[in-house]
Amino acid sequence: MTIRINVNGAEHVVDAEPDTPLLYVLRGDLRLNGAKYGCGLGQCGACTVQLDGKAIFSCVTPLAAVGTRKVRTIEGLGSVDRMNALQSAFAAEQAAQCGYCSAGMIMRAQALLDAIPQPDEAQIRRHMQTNLCRCGTHMRILRAVLRAAGLPVDGHSA
Amino acid sequence: MATRREALVGGGLLLAFSFASRGLGQLVGGGEGGAAPKALRPDLPGSLKNRPELDAWIRIAPDGAATVFSGKAELGQGIRTALLQVAAEELDLSPATITLITADTARTPDEGLTAGSHSMQDGGTALANAGANVRFLLIQAAARQWKLPPESLTTSGDGHVMAPDGRRLGYGPLAAALSLHIEAVPDAPRRDPAHYRTLGRDLPRVDIPAKLTGGAAYVQDLRFPGMLHARLVRGPSYGTRLKAPNLEAARAMPGVVAVIQKGDFAAVVALKEWQAIKAMRVAQASDYVRTLPPLPVTDGPHRLQSLPSREIVVLDTRDDERPATRTIRASYSRPWYSHGSIGPSCAVALASDGELTLWSHSQGVFDMHRAVAELVGLPAKKVRCIHIPSAGCYGQNGADDVTAEAALIAMELPGRPIRLQWMREQEFGWEPCGCGMVTKVEASIGPDKRIAHWTYEVWSNSHNNRPVMAGGYAVAQQVVPPLLMQEPKPIPMPEGDGDRNANPLYVFPNMDVRYHFVPEMPLRVSALRSLGAHLNIFSLESMLDELALTGGVDPLAFRLAHMQDERARAVMIEATRRFDWAHRPRGDGRRGCGMAFARYKNIGAYCALAMEIEVERETGAIMVHRVQAAVDAGQPASPDGIRNQVEGGIIQSLSWAIKEAVSYDDSKRTSFDWGSYPILRFLDMPGSIDVHVMDRPGQPFLGAGETAQGPTSAALANAIADATGARLRDMPLTPEKVKAAIGLAG
Repeated sequence: MTIRINVNGAEHVVDAEPDTPLLYVLRGDLRLNGAKYGCGLGQCGACTVQLDGKAIFSCVTPLAAVGTRKVRTIEGLGSVDRMNALQSAFAAEQAAQCGYCSAGMIMRAQALLDAIPQPDEAQIRRHMQTNLCRCGTHMRILRAVLRAAGLPVDGHSA
Repeated sequence: MATRREALVGGGLLLAFSFASRGLGQLVGGGEGGAAPKALRPDLPGSLKNRPELDAWIRIAPDGAATVFSGKAELGQGIRTALLQVAAEELDLSPATITLITADTARTPDEGLTAGSHSMQDGGTALANAGANVRFLLIQAAARQWKLPPESLTTSGDGHVMAPDGRRLGYGPLAAALSLHIEAVPDAPRRDPAHYRTLGRDLPRVDIPAKLTGGAAYVQDLRFPGMLHARLVRGPSYGTRLKAPNLEAARAMPGVVAVIQKGDFAAVVALKEWQAIKAMRVAQASDYVRTLPPLPVTDGPHRLQSLPSREIVVLDTRDDERPATRTIRASYSRPWYSHGSIGPSCAVALASDGELTLWSHSQGVFDMHRAVAELVGLPAKKVRCIHIPSAGCYGQNGADDVTAEAALIAMELPGRPIRLQWMREQEFGWEPCGCGMVTKVEASIGPDKRIAHWTYEVWSNSHNNRPVMAGGYAVAQQVVPPLLMQEPKPIPMPEGDGDRNANPLYVFPNMDVRYHFVPEMPLRVSALRSLGAHLNIFSLESMLDELALTGGVDPLAFRLAHMQDERARAVMIEATRRFDWAHRPRGDGRRGCGMAFARYKNIGAYCALAMEIEVERETGAIMVHRVQAAVDAGQPASPDGIRNQVEGGIIQSLSWAIKEAVSYDDSKRTSFDWGSYPILRFLDMPGSIDVHVMDRPGQPFLGAGETAQGPTSAALANAIADATGARLRDMPLTPEKVKAAIGLAG
């Protein structure tokens, strides 16, 4: 069946079953690479996108539950040539290795910065607790979020 | 002094056991996987030995555009950037102007596996010397043209040879008049480290921008016209099969294009990914049976000690009787680990016109194109395998298996690209695990507070079950008739696998080090980052602290007293100086500090680290406050790249040591998601991690990607012992075990 969905400010009509997780609509129907399949269980955060500004797991959010709410993915933040402040901070801190978790990390951290522009490090750690990284780039991710918030970056590894 | 002999124990079988067919010169990727092509020119550095022609590595178009080819693959470790830096430096070009082609069986040199921390040592060294050769040829060509001595000419850094009077000649026109289809010379002049423009600088990684913006960066992101989505229908874990998969019901599901069945191997293929998943769920609604012996529920990794083994003598230097004042006997172990890739394995396969193309995140595309060819019955030259990055693998996860399975499906549906991705539970259930292992150490300290004798035994399966033939894939046991299973083999020293780093770099008298190689695998296992080095270094570095404590010697002083290698001493001194080891907080029941050291394989990078931790006595929970490491990786390509790898290694090793263990009942693995296989999350992270990279201008590259795995787990155990008095020897060091041990330690 055809369902309307608003992604990154644009209206789309997709032909998909209403039980399809948002993740597969984004990746398959809209050909967006940012959200990743990691677990399908809401345990790792690789699929994180925003729904009306709140970080959610797109792998456990059925298309039917999205309704008219606005979906934002990492493609809606910025591009290689025009990264937003958080993406630029991730680049500046080289806060990735394999990078498979990066889009989810950024979408989750952006939701925090949108709500609390200058979080402290403990708040960032708590907020990011839902998202897994296996390469062990956590310290760099923490620095990137602090940097994007314009806060001093310490505990560094330089 | 060191001898290596193979004796026969256990099982009473006489087993022929020889490494004669694989000389050391052919060891690639840390000895994992298949041998590289024959070493044609043993006098050449790195992988140039196997592929001496310069144009296999570097081509320069008439417009000056340089293309560089490498058989090493980007695994998230940043090798693309490091290789670009190496090639750019020796060609004296800007890295931004170079096109780098990696790991493609149709286009690049066969450099064996991207594994074993060998990419810089072998691949980087090859590119450095190939680049130096090409730059030398360009300078000589300009010298002939200008009738000037070549020594008087330089290069500009932007693709020109320069004369002393300022005249310039572009690489393009110079190269157009040359053939690079010639063999390298071993002694082409390398650029002077004092004038490096690129090497040793923190070049931002070239692959990161796409990964931060939703660019197509992974094999999971490949989309071809007409591509179909496949999912596997199989039992809950390796060694099981479904009793009655409901394939007919799956066939009737919306969007399903095909159902493939070959013996116990079954897959559904659909137009859309979610359709394939739903069909898979319907087909999988079946009970399962175990097809292999029960899993080792009662004894865990200690099962290995009761299975038949071959004994390999790693070291035997019992030649100098010394008095012992105190002897300690201890056993250490680790459980089976999951690689824990965040992205389940994925591949795309296309069969077309009698040829098969595979897009894979395998670390071994060269072995793969031969092994998959055997699996599907095509000549190897008809199978092309192209490496495309995926989530970090840290060894042999499901990457190889999923590609072989995608190939089998694609052969049934010619002309249609098939994208197969494993589900989360399939990755946990079917991937080869990192080996469970056990060690036993007996060591004495003499009246001089020095080690007087060292007896060491390690029990392990092969860490090297990477597929080099069709029988190496899990699916080989599912198809009918099943294929002959690939025989597990140990990797010979100096790389070693179960015995990797079982040979101490320290100078001890009277060493007796034995590897009990166990062919039978209670769980399916293969390579996981650092192989056996993780437990061997954990055991060695834990025992050193136990002995130092017995002798009343500071752990740093005790190590230095037994170490002659100057670079090893230097990293220990640097890490502890930066940590302020001399003024560290002393163990007070809660807080404590520990250190450890290793040179990976005794031939790779040196790593020393110290950490301060706190134990919550009420729960046994461990908080790591700070970690200070020092690493000597030879000439660093990108120091920040090394820092990133070592920081990640520290966090991953802490996760292994504190939290991780594959769980199972007697019929199946029971860790199938991140709830049943927890790893460290943000709230578990250390307060700080600082990695210092030693400056070693012009020194040979030493692989650094695995160097932190052993020392980190060991330093943690040493810090816990310092904090609480309790010595924990069996990983994972969970809060329950810590709490129980504190109770015992009183």
